[in-house]
Amino acid sequence: MTQHSVSIRDLSLNFGNVKVLEHLDLDIAQGEFIVLLGPSGCGKSTLLNCIAGLLDVSDGQIFIGGKNVTWEEPKDRGIGMVFQSYALYPQMTVERNLSFGLRVAGMKKDEIERRVSRAAEILQIQPLLQRKPVELSGGQRQRVAIGRALVRDVDVFLFDEPLSNLDAKLRSDLRVEIKRLHQRLKNTMIYVTHDQIEALTLADRIAVMKNGVIQQLSDPHTIYNKPVNLYVAGFIGSPQMNMLHGTLNGDTFTAEDGTVIPVGTYEFTTPAAAGTKAVLGVRPEHIVLGDDVKRMPFTQEIEIEIVEPMGSDTLAWTKIAGKAVTFRVDSDVHLAVGQKLVVGFDPARGSIFNSETTNRL
Amino acid sequence: MMTTETLASSAVTGSRIEAGPRGAKPKTLTIARVGVYVFLILAALFFLMPLWVMVVTSLKAMPEIQLRNIFQWPQQITFEPWLKAWDTACTGRDCNGLKPGFLNSVKITVVGTAISIVIAALNGYALSFWKYKGANVLFGLLVFGAFVPYQVVIYPLIIGMREIGLFGTFPGIIIIHTIFGMPILTLLFRNFFAALPPELFKAARVDGAGFWQIFFQIMVPMAVPITIVAVILQVTGIWNDFLFGTVFAGRENMPMTVQLNNIVNTTTGVREYNVHMAATILTAAVPLAVYFISGKWFVRGIAAGAVKG
Repeated sequence: MTQHSVSIRDLSLNFGNVKVLEHLDLDIAQGEFIVLLGPSGCGKSTLLNCIAGLLDVSDGQIFIGGKNVTWEEPKDRGIGMVFQSYALYPQMTVERNLSFGLRVAGMKKDEIERRVSRAAEILQIQPLLQRKPVELSGGQRQRVAIGRALVRDVDVFLFDEPLSNLDAKLRSDLRVEIKRLHQRLKNTMIYVTHDQIEALTLADRIAVMKNGVIQQLSDPHTIYNKPVNLYVAGFIGSPQMNMLHGTLNGDTFTAEDGTVIPVGTYEFTTPAAAGTKAVLGVRPEHIVLGDDVKRMPFTQEIEIEIVEPMGSDTLAWTKIAGKAVTFRVDSDVHLAVGQKLVVGFDPARGSIFNSETTNRL
Repeated sequence: MMTTETLASSAVTGSRIEAGPRGAKPKTLTIARVGVYVFLILAALFFLMPLWVMVVTSLKAMPEIQLRNIFQWPQQITFEPWLKAWDTACTGRDCNGLKPGFLNSVKITVVGTAISIVIAALNGYALSFWKYKGANVLFGLLVFGAFVPYQVVIYPLIIGMREIGLFGTFPGIIIIHTIFGMPILTLLFRNFFAALPPELFKAARVDGAGFWQIFFQIMVPMAVPITIVAVILQVTGIWNDFLFGTVFAGRENMPMTVQLNNIVNTTTGVREYNVHMAATILTAAVPLAVYFISGKWFVRGIAAGAVKG
């Protein structure tokens, strides 16, 4: 058995009668960047707090670095944590914020100094060391908060929505910096977010969570292109995946309005019986127009209803098989409302789900 | 293109202004506003009247007081009543003035305030962050305690204090003030700490700090504004206390308020109104000074407690 950096085994957590986490299993490899993704209230932050030891679990075990830390105090688990609200100690300077944990542990002065200056150098906050948190901008504060985890010299970093309080530009800057930090330190990082862009850009693997259960645990490409169920398919991707409801009969999918879509190119993971109620999901960028249409198994003439220019590309709203559908085209393609044109897609790039179980077929 | 357009439009601006309202609305003094000010000034004078009477009376000699012009400024200012009130006025058999009572009150107030605030801050901290079983029930009981009338529990407390041998002693009166200050002070501190981001506490725990380290190194420095509020509440509350002082303090520790009462209510001889007034002002001076000096801090602290740290 390979050594996992963090291993969560059959973890459950109840608050009274409310089950927040249920029989959760998760193994995280050394140096892996795992993102826990889900809407608020799905239990992702709770799971992180359990790993940190800030919440007592109801059942199950947590291993960090091969050691059972289920009953250990947070400080003894070999973790550093970064919070959404930064949680810097307001009355201490940056330097004392960074060194607080080390001073509490009674570390020698020169060692503290060495670690603080290394963290400050990595995060480029040397000029800020003598300032108080109120004198810092949001991005600087979050950097200090990361530094506080850094000086602890731990194997596992926990991030609890670290970028959610920042504005859009800073968020993308710091996102890159966190990625750079991970490439440099090669620590295990567990990162909680509700932002799918952060998840897709940062993660080695994403765990999509819902109601305290991990729906899918996979690399970003698989999560995006082969979602295991309707929930994951709908949660990831903006704009949302287009969903067509209908019936599956061998190699054809009959939509509710009678449109027949050939799905012979689709690779089924589980064979479906004839007459199975199913949902066909197609991402907006997989619907094509122009010359590419000829190569598509399914084509239809449609009328453009709404055009949304996004700068880098353009979104168009229309109806396919009687359902409202969006598709994405290059921003140079000129589309006008009321314009008629032929579009098509290949179901092989889409996803088919069983309507009843909501699982991928 | 843009620049020429802007220039052209700014050139026209002058002529585009029409007669009528322009810029900030001028402030006008309306009759209603004058009325409000007159009322406020009269109300202030009305409430200042007793203080005025007290001050002028305390500066008069007895013969002048007997003329009964209580609002009149003294024809002959004398500080004799103040000296007498402080030094030689009689409370029962002792004739040492308010002096000993003042010292007792200082002792009781300083020690009582310090102890009750330290305990209340700890209580509030533990109740907000270390969510132990029954914490909310305990907090509910404490808040309920704030609404219990003192008189109801005084007799059982007397018995209790007598049983443990602290009735009529200095530690006894300190314990009483600590107990009765606890509900409101705990409420104050708990609400202050509860308004702090919980991540602060979590971060400190990840950093390895324990119960006391988090309390002293992180929470106490942040709690300065609310501590000032607590100090003001306790200092004025304990200083002004009469009931507990009479009942629990004992003869040696009798606070100033009790002594004042004894001076004023002594029935032998002439009623020395000037001495009584001087003694009353002296007793009230401390809380008054606390308010004047700390008023700004008080408001700031209250606001900090209400909003955030």
